[in-house]
Amino acid sequence: MNSRKHLLGLEGYSGEEILEILDHAKAFREVLDRDIKKVPPLRGITVANLFFEPSTRTRMSFELAEKRISADVVNFSASTSSLKKGESLRDTVENILAMKIDMIVIRHSATGAPHYIARRCNSIVINAGDGSHEHPTQALLDLFTIREKFGDLEDLRVALVGDALHSRVIRSNVFGLKALGAEITLCAPATLLPKGVENWGVKITHDIEEAITGANVVNIMRLQLERQTSGYIPSLREYSRLWGIDSNRVALMDSDHMIMHPGPMNRGVEITQDVADSDESVILEQVTNGVAVRMAVLYLLSPLRREAVEA
Amino acid sequence: MEVIMIELMDKTQLDRSLQRMALEIVERNKGAANLVIIGIRSRGVFLAERLKATIEVNEKVEIPMGSIDITLYRDDFKELTASPNVGGTEILFDVEDKDVILVDDVLYTGRTVRAALDEIIDFGRPKTIQLAVVVDRGNREYPICADYIAKQISLKESEYVEVRINEIDGEDRVVKVIKE
Repeated sequence: MNSRKHLLGLEGYSGEEILEILDHAKAFREVLDRDIKKVPPLRGITVANLFFEPSTRTRMSFELAEKRISADVVNFSASTSSLKKGESLRDTVENILAMKIDMIVIRHSATGAPHYIARRCNSIVINAGDGSHEHPTQALLDLFTIREKFGDLEDLRVALVGDALHSRVIRSNVFGLKALGAEITLCAPATLLPKGVENWGVKITHDIEEAITGANVVNIMRLQLERQTSGYIPSLREYSRLWGIDSNRVALMDSDHMIMHPGPMNRGVEITQDVADSDESVILEQVTNGVAVRMAVLYLLSPLRREAVEA
Repeated sequence: MEVIMIELMDKTQLDRSLQRMALEIVERNKGAANLVIIGIRSRGVFLAERLKATIEVNEKVEIPMGSIDITLYRDDFKELTASPNVGGTEILFDVEDKDVILVDDVLYTGRTVRAALDEIIDFGRPKTIQLAVVVDRGNREYPICADYIAKQISLKESEYVEVRINEIDGEDRVVKVIKE
């Protein structure tokens, strides 16, 4: 992690680098249980949250993480900005940077937007989701949550279920899980698998029961309802019947198991009510852990620490 | 460059001073009922454990103990290159109105203690915070002093002290190191 300036995606990260982030996240997780949930390491650092795409939890989670490590925060959302007046991404970002911003957290509907910004400006860039490419902090918080329960991810059986074609969460999860040695099964309708998926080095199946049998972890992706009209799936009911997770399917899992979902959930579509609210569901823990993981990423990439490490 | 090591305390001397320190702590606080002990990572934690064990045997009480990692509270970010990793703080009890014994191996500039004080205060408002160190070597940069000291010496900037403890270094010994 010391050689990295940005967090653009988990592709290419080693297991060691990921564990360094997760170890730090553990220290920050403890801060969230204190009465005063704030520590001072990012004093004097200003972070801009640039959300060019709607988001509730990721944006709140980043903002909380930034405040809990004492950074100054400015927010930007596309709907209320000069983008509407026709300003380009590059000009928008350069204008923001002219206000002396140290770090940028960016969410954008275009794949590679964070990379573009990273190449063109001096600031430190953290990808909060770009198109259908990567969402590295979501994958890190998933890994953190798995590690809290299972300790070691080596040979752990993880099923990733849902729209692999559009899901940046799946993509980042695959990179992260592979780096830590987990055994991954990807399950999706044939129409929702991306080209080249056979080269990802994961087991692929269309049969949910095959995917979930004996699994320790199932991470259920949201069915992006806006896709339903584009002909990828026949109907919500059919998706739910063929790929939805209910208690009968959970019963096929290893006795030591957990249920994950990055949210927002469509209850009754990809996950049933009782599974979402079961004891094995860690969906809300994922949200809590997300703040700690983002604190760790911001801390590890912060310019102050960077100067110290390079000195 | 030549490195000279001079022994300041051997195992027996270190043990005895910790015993004496435990007695002093109880004497000053008129018992151990309101005490909690917090060690500063990493050597302070093991020294704190020893003090805790001694006081518990003498006073027949159980004393809550925690550890503190001051990395996130440092003012000298530039000096943390040796270990830039955060080890984590563990204070699982309420410090409100307690007499906190803060334990570290060496008191030098006072910056570590300042950071530790800030962090403890973020957990609550103790009645007192008292500092126990094995060696006070002088050269303070902040106005901080220790309440319990096993050994006080005056060193030049080029000299330093190592409190070597069994749990980390495989031996109990205090040495002065001179580089020339």
